[in-house]
Amino acid sequence: MLDNLIIFVLAAFVGFEVISKVPQTLHTPLMSGSNAISGITIVGALVVAGMVGGTWSKWLGFVALIAATINVVGGFLVTDRMLQMFKAREQRAPARTEQTKTAEVATAS
Amino acid sequence: MKTTLIDLTYLVAAALFIFGLKQLQSPKTARRGNQLAALGMLLAVVATLFLHKIITPIEMIAGLVIGGTIGAVLARRVEMTAMPELVAAFNGFGGLASALVATAEVARYLIPESSGLALAALLPAIEQVPFDAVQAITVVLSVLIGLVTFSGSFVAFGKLGGYITGNPVIFPGLRLLTLLVALGGLVAMGFVVAGADAFPTVADPVVWGIVALAGLALVLGVLLVIPIGGADMPVVVSLLNSYSGLAAAATGFVLDNTALIVSGALVGASGLILTRIMCEAMNRSLLNVLLGGFGGEAGDGAAVAAAEGKTVHEATVEDAAILLAYANKVIIVPGYGMAVAQAQHQVRELADLLQERGVEVKYAIHPVAGRMPGHMNVLLAEANVPYDQLYEMDEINDEFATADVALVIGANDVVNPAARYDKNSPIYGMPILNVDQAKTVLVLKRSLRPGYSGIENELFYLPNTRMLFGDAKESLIKLINEIKNL
Repeated sequence: MLDNLIIFVLAAFVGFEVISKVPQTLHTPLMSGSNAISGITIVGALVVAGMVGGTWSKWLGFVALIAATINVVGGFLVTDRMLQMFKAREQRAPARTEQTKTAEVATAS
Repeated sequence: MKTTLIDLTYLVAAALFIFGLKQLQSPKTARRGNQLAALGMLLAVVATLFLHKIITPIEMIAGLVIGGTIGAVLARRVEMTAMPELVAAFNGFGGLASALVATAEVARYLIPESSGLALAALLPAIEQVPFDAVQAITVVLSVLIGLVTFSGSFVAFGKLGGYITGNPVIFPGLRLLTLLVALGGLVAMGFVVAGADAFPTVADPVVWGIVALAGLALVLGVLLVIPIGGADMPVVVSLLNSYSGLAAAATGFVLDNTALIVSGALVGASGLILTRIMCEAMNRSLLNVLLGGFGGEAGDGAAVAAAEGKTVHEATVEDAAILLAYANKVIIVPGYGMAVAQAQHQVRELADLLQERGVEVKYAIHPVAGRMPGHMNVLLAEANVPYDQLYEMDEINDEFATADVALVIGANDVVNPAARYDKNSPIYGMPILNVDQAKTVLVLKRSLRPGYSGIENELFYLPNTRMLFGDAKESLIKLINEIKNL
């Protein structure tokens, strides 16, 4: 139990460190992606749905497995769908790049 | 040996999650990051299949196929504008799964003695742990958090999707009822923990305690989210996201599974960070948001009354087109209205047109614009707006003074100058985009009706503001045609 608590606290710190640096632009994909990761419960659902036996366990596990799989599959796919839309300027309007960059420099200075 | 290998695989999965999240720090690597995290999940699932002997393969496969199909169809079909409610729904499913797994873990002890013994021989790893008070605490936490996440997320889903009113739903005694339900939940939790030592010989207190707790948690989730108004949904969605992670972590404690604990902690942290950012962007405490009752659309009467004695400068499409076409620099400020009108493609078209004419175009994104963190960014990305044209509030606020036109499309509270000085305003102190410092502010809006906060926006009455009334999408189409003809 104590070991698990230590792991939990350390993982939370890692999470804070890594996620604090995610830019605002990516907050929605961050949310849906991390949401998909929380579907890791699928691991537990697999065990109770398929490996434990006992009617109650099995059916609770079955519903849990469906819910967790929706979360995991849907979450990762929709995040991917969103992320493939994020494109940088270079790919679309190359003629424009130089001009706007100069303008940015001008306003910055 | 086999268990060690599986545990190592879980460790690899957890590492992939962390690495995947790290790659989300840049739009360039983000997609690969998400794929890495998905790979981690696949590894964890495959490893689990080798954990024990599979007793009921049909249920297992059916569960995976049904869930996978539903998830895939939803993920592919749903419109980008419906993204907030979809994220809320997925979140709810995650919470439900965590709660059910923890419950099933208890149900497992109820297997009749004979088959239970046979099982013990078969599955030493999962039969060994005796049910004790500590185990009970983890179970009740998992059930509580998981089911609050579940019902809360689906209320949020209903509000975001417009299936139930986005206004705060408050009735007399709501707070008292919420408190009583929460207390009832605590009592039920106490029952389960107290009965843990005698379990499973004396099963009733634990079983009924969990059933009662489950019911109360579901009600609690509803009661916690209904009083919160639509504009505060970014906070709610982030917080529920965090809960779903905590529920997974609690289930990890129940199952003694490191992969669940690590992932749950990561997601819990991620949700909390987003929650904090959203609250700061509104200058309100989390408690203030959660207590709810903020906002909702004000009565039309009040808005009309307040509007009397002030002049609104209405612009025609022609005026607006000339303003934009002959500007040097235009900053576009999108808001929830753009999402409602699904006008993101027209926004991009207009921006392209202006850029072709040599106008410098930038986008200013307020952190709480829309209904979830980063909502505007996703919509504009869908319309192929390069992400490096989007600027966060702090980056661009000083630039409004040098802009010829600030084009406000369906944004309201996030550009209300009253937030700066009017101490009586509910949004006082909220950081806003300084659109009023632009030479001209062009506001595309349906009417003078206040935004979700229900507050009159004095920006609309400023001498340098021009209002172009109408649906954002239609107005933009007209503007685009007009500029083409110039």
